[in-house]
Amino acid sequence: MSVFTPNRRGLIKSGALLGTGLAMPTIFTAGSAAAYTNAPTGSGVTLGFNVPQSGPYADEGADELRAYELAVEHLNGGGDGGMMNTFSSKALSGNGILGNKVNYVTGDTQTKSDAARASAKSMIEKDGAVMITGGSSSGVAIAVQGLCQEAGVIFMAGLTHSNDTTGKDKKANGFRHFFNGYMSAAALAPVLEEMYGPDRNAYHLTADYTWGWTQQESIQAATEAKGWETVNNVLTPLATQDFSSYVAPVLNSGADILVLNHYGGNMINSLTSAVQFGLRDKQVNGKNFEIVVPLYSRLMAKGAGENVKGIFGSTNWHWSLTDAGSQAFVKSFGEKYGFPPSQAAHTVYCQTMLYADAAERAGTFNPCGIAEALEGFDFDGLGNGPTHYRADDHQCFKDVLVVKGKDNPTSDFDLLEVVQVTPRAQVEYAPDHPMFAGGALGKCNPGA
Amino acid sequence: MDAIFLQVLNGLDKGSAYALIALGLTLIFGTLGVVNFAHGALFMLGAFCAVIMRKILTLSHVSLDPEKTNFLGKPLEIRTPYVELWWGDVGTWMIDYSVLIAILFAIPVMGVMGIVMERGLIKHFYHRPHADQILMTFGLAIVLQEIIKAFFGANPIPQSAPDSMSGAMDIGVLFGFAEYAVIYPYWRLVYFVFAAVVIGGVFAFLRFTTFGMIVRAGMADRETVGLLGIDIDRRFTIMFGLAAAVTGVAGVMYTPILPPNYHMGMDFLVLCFVVVVVGGMGSLPGAILAGFMLGMLESFSSMNEVKAIIPGIDQIIIYLVAMIVLLVRPRGLMGKAGMMED
Repeated sequence: MSVFTPNRRGLIKSGALLGTGLAMPTIFTAGSAAAYTNAPTGSGVTLGFNVPQSGPYADEGADELRAYELAVEHLNGGGDGGMMNTFSSKALSGNGILGNKVNYVTGDTQTKSDAARASAKSMIEKDGAVMITGGSSSGVAIAVQGLCQEAGVIFMAGLTHSNDTTGKDKKANGFRHFFNGYMSAAALAPVLEEMYGPDRNAYHLTADYTWGWTQQESIQAATEAKGWETVNNVLTPLATQDFSSYVAPVLNSGADILVLNHYGGNMINSLTSAVQFGLRDKQVNGKNFEIVVPLYSRLMAKGAGENVKGIFGSTNWHWSLTDAGSQAFVKSFGEKYGFPPSQAAHTVYCQTMLYADAAERAGTFNPCGIAEALEGFDFDGLGNGPTHYRADDHQCFKDVLVVKGKDNPTSDFDLLEVVQVTPRAQVEYAPDHPMFAGGALGKCNPGA
Repeated sequence: MDAIFLQVLNGLDKGSAYALIALGLTLIFGTLGVVNFAHGALFMLGAFCAVIMRKILTLSHVSLDPEKTNFLGKPLEIRTPYVELWWGDVGTWMIDYSVLIAILFAIPVMGVMGIVMERGLIKHFYHRPHADQILMTFGLAIVLQEIIKAFFGANPIPQSAPDSMSGAMDIGVLFGFAEYAVIYPYWRLVYFVFAAVVIGGVFAFLRFTTFGMIVRAGMADRETVGLLGIDIDRRFTIMFGLAAAVTGVAGVMYTPILPPNYHMGMDFLVLCFVVVVVGGMGSLPGAILAGFMLGMLESFSSMNEVKAIIPGIDQIIIYLVAMIVLLVRPRGLMGKAGMMED
């Protein structure tokens, strides 16, 4: 018969073991009890919506949150069902996901990578989120995607347009519905050639971070393939407010096109400066000077006001599309909130539906089961025509819109007009394309 | 040569904004001894005075056009500003000139706001360390910008210059350059002239009025002026209001250059602190000199030819110069002896 006799050494060892156990984050221990991180145990399932609620992209974040709330309402059987009715997959029935009522928690990315990771971590560890989605910046998306890979949850990216998100920084647990810089360039370049001719000299101003670099590389390559020359590419810090110092040298550079690889507040301010300096009224080499904004959003167009008139760019989706999916979403969103959704709202709504649908088809919340269901998935009815989620890099391939600032808008929302729906085949690329080289998808991590 | 001339104009333009904000900042430090980190927020609030004025002037009567539909297929709402309904072309003119009209709105609003801020909060920190003042005013700035964000959102709100002052002029021709070699926006030229007038006005007020003379005396020796039976505290409070009004109108006039957003004050704050420190804390001429000097340096350092030699120089030039000035002359270019030297 053994008798437990406490001694000092034993007490210290036991205490150390107990302390280590208690200190270990639930993120690592949850998997040992279940087959994957945050397996739902009750009648509900929690999704984590990680969007910018403060900082420069807070308006995009607010629109994303509206769309998420609408998606949750539709998934739980509320409202008119929105795009669930037009989605080609019929796995969703308005009964939550796999019979679990959908709940959600929100986090504030502040458009800062560290804050976004912290809020995603908190939603996974404390709130038991089984999936993280959202974001309005590629830097943030790449940071959170990495965290989700480590934690063993699925990341359904929101508004991220850098080639790197599904290029060198791709992850097996991460999926992107939004288009990317390469696709923008592939869609836009032929239209630019048609509108402005092949003999043009372009000057680029580029936001100095991952999105700007890949966007600039893409549009430069695509326009040079059409015969344009690139006069200069100047990197501008993200914090720049007054772009006059960057715009002034364009005047005498010999360029007749200014490409603004800027997004959000940067784009609004750089475009305002360019227009103020009379670039749009200028003639160079006997041609009208033109400005191009490769990535447009309606919210940005609103900020830039009249300056966007006649300026070409690309967008992932626009509320004026007339397909059944887009119309269902616009009606649903518009009647709930009183204004049409932005492209950010559209992409996050689609991502939520795609995740829920994949879980239903896989019959599990296990991220590896869901990843398998999403990989190579072909679908339609979500507003972009027939779409393919490529298994090699988890990038969605679909039609891309070329848009132009409207000359005579009828309302605050009616700022862009779709000039071309570029077919999916024109914007596709090989998985090993040099612009997406480096990094590896790796293996799905269920967190167990 | 035309590129250099263009950067001179740019430098003057940037410098005039820095100088205007720094003038208010140093006026507050010189009179009340307070390091006011909420000063950028005053610039931002001024800019939003222009936004509010435009919103007031464009308050609209809503009618429905049965022949056109909105995005939900319902009759399109047609909005006609009341001022146009009531006063026709005069109303249209008022909307067009809303930025200039906003100045009349911003002066009393910002002046009162400055006085309320000083009496309600800042005066309780006069005898506290500078660190406390910085923390309190920085916190106040964050509160103010969050209030603005709650009401107006996070995205910039475009404000146009009056039609007659928008667009760009071929200023190079006036100075003998080739046609279209130096084009510069009208409104930026207007801003430069406006800044010169305001700066001149403030200096004249301090130099040629009895009130200004007392304030200057108080800045030099507050205790002695108080012993003469003059209520210097009241005058300094008014000066705080004046500084707030100057910064506010600087914000109003800046809106056609930079569409206002809730964060714009913070973006200018650090730069303007550097301007004040380089010019000499509490020195009005120093703030003006440093504002234009740093604006010019920033402008020239952003030329591609300069950046080709020293990459990234445009991002650090202001701070580099500030470091050198403070190492060589800790009181700043025109600071009083002893200031910041202990």
